[in-house]
Amino acid sequence: MNPVLQVSGLSKAFHLHLHGGTRLPVVEGVDFVVHQGECVVLGGPSGAGKSSILKAIYGNYLASSGAIILDDGEAPVDVVTASPGAIIALRRHMMGYVSQFLRVIPRVPAIEIVAEAARASGFSPDEAGGRAGRLLAHLNLPERLWNLPPATFSGGEQQRVNIARGFAGDHRFLILDEPTASLDAANREAVIALIAERKAVGTAFLGIFHDAEVRERVADRTIDVTRFSPVREIAA
Amino acid sequence: MNPLLVAEGLSKFYGARIGCRDVRFALEPGEVLAIVGESGSGKTTLLNLLSGQLAPDSGAVRYRLRDGRTKNLLDLSEAERRLLARTDWGFVHQDARNGLRMGVSAGGNIGERLMGVGDRHYGRIRENAMAWLGRVEIDTGRIDDKPTQFSGGMRQRLQIARNLVTHPRLVFMDEPTGGLDVSVQARLLDLIRGLVADLGLAVVLVTHDLAVARLLSHRILVMKDGHVIEAGLTDRVLDDPQEAYTQLLVSSVLAA
Repeated sequence: MNPVLQVSGLSKAFHLHLHGGTRLPVVEGVDFVVHQGECVVLGGPSGAGKSSILKAIYGNYLASSGAIILDDGEAPVDVVTASPGAIIALRRHMMGYVSQFLRVIPRVPAIEIVAEAARASGFSPDEAGGRAGRLLAHLNLPERLWNLPPATFSGGEQQRVNIARGFAGDHRFLILDEPTASLDAANREAVIALIAERKAVGTAFLGIFHDAEVRERVADRTIDVTRFSPVREIAA
Repeated sequence: MNPLLVAEGLSKFYGARIGCRDVRFALEPGEVLAIVGESGSGKTTLLNLLSGQLAPDSGAVRYRLRDGRTKNLLDLSEAERRLLARTDWGFVHQDARNGLRMGVSAGGNIGERLMGVGDRHYGRIRENAMAWLGRVEIDTGRIDDKPTQFSGGMRQRLQIARNLVTHPRLVFMDEPTGGLDVSVQARLLDLIRGLVADLGLAVVLVTHDLAVARLLSHRILVMKDGHVIEAGLTDRVLDDPQEAYTQLLVSSVLAA
């Protein structure tokens, strides 16, 4: 069976036109795979390029070279060369992303944010509503908050809405960018349980976890990204 | 995919000055495309070319009609183009006064579009107008009031209702939230986003506001001096801009 994700020869550099054309290489020669049902964690110090790798895979950053092949079991897609429409379709049906911070439209209630994500990945409005409620309950978000927009929530509460949204779809590949950073111990447990539950049904994960305990409990493998560090050069 | 609209090498010159040059893209059904850039970059010229209000000096706009035929807009007669504009297209103008009939009631503004597509049943038209007022969050008790009595945000919502009542497949929007208070903008954006998704509308959105483009669009074209200098997935263009000018645009926005 093909891996869900196959990254090969990936490099990413930023070209800063407004700063004298500085070229800032972030990672080079990134090679790894993620299989169905496993959780692979990217390790390494801050600034090593972990988040940039995740963003390139999600299509949010443009890779400078290499290939990022996502295989949904039907037609493999290379994110690096895919059209915007193909990436949008991948995000809808195959690949989800949980960022560090919740970014939403003002005025929309928490449960609606989560339900919308479920609808976008193909659940009916009824199913989506039910899924959203179950996820928010599992993540211990008090029910009195469900119908309020998250703008006034605490950091941890917002992050739980964010995680619920990321898990609301039926994606077979989920990218997690420090999802547990602002959570207390009980809520970290809830997230660990959620990851285990999805792994059991075959979902593949690629994540960054700052918290060493969480990392050890969810990771099947850790990849040290410092081995993808470019030889630092500042070229004008 | 089978695109709804294709721009092929569109160029327009005003004497020696470039309006826009060699613009090409395909718009899929249900896709929201934002055209961003500063004043004078050619955004409005391009919008007018795409909607057949301006004839290009070279290039073509091909549109797939409801019957499945694809036609060059230039080959349509004036009457055919008008029919298209009133049935299959919508136009949301920045200034609602350009998109509404200010001397006609709110219900009349919506009803007029329906009569334009041949509906003559008064009761059904009024019922439909009521439903749309509700959908754009205007108190249905205001159905007989004229837009002159409405706030800016309400006028804009009425303009949207008037446009969507005939179930167009493509809507052109020119700075739809420009000139509104920030609190009103957020609500309007949320409303537009919901309607676009529910109705599966294709949208060509012209805006200089990158936050509006991020919230509403799937894809962005960045224009400068009449050229498309960068194009791609909306969050990619905004979070990892490649061209110098796009980097300048993105980095010049004040984070709120």
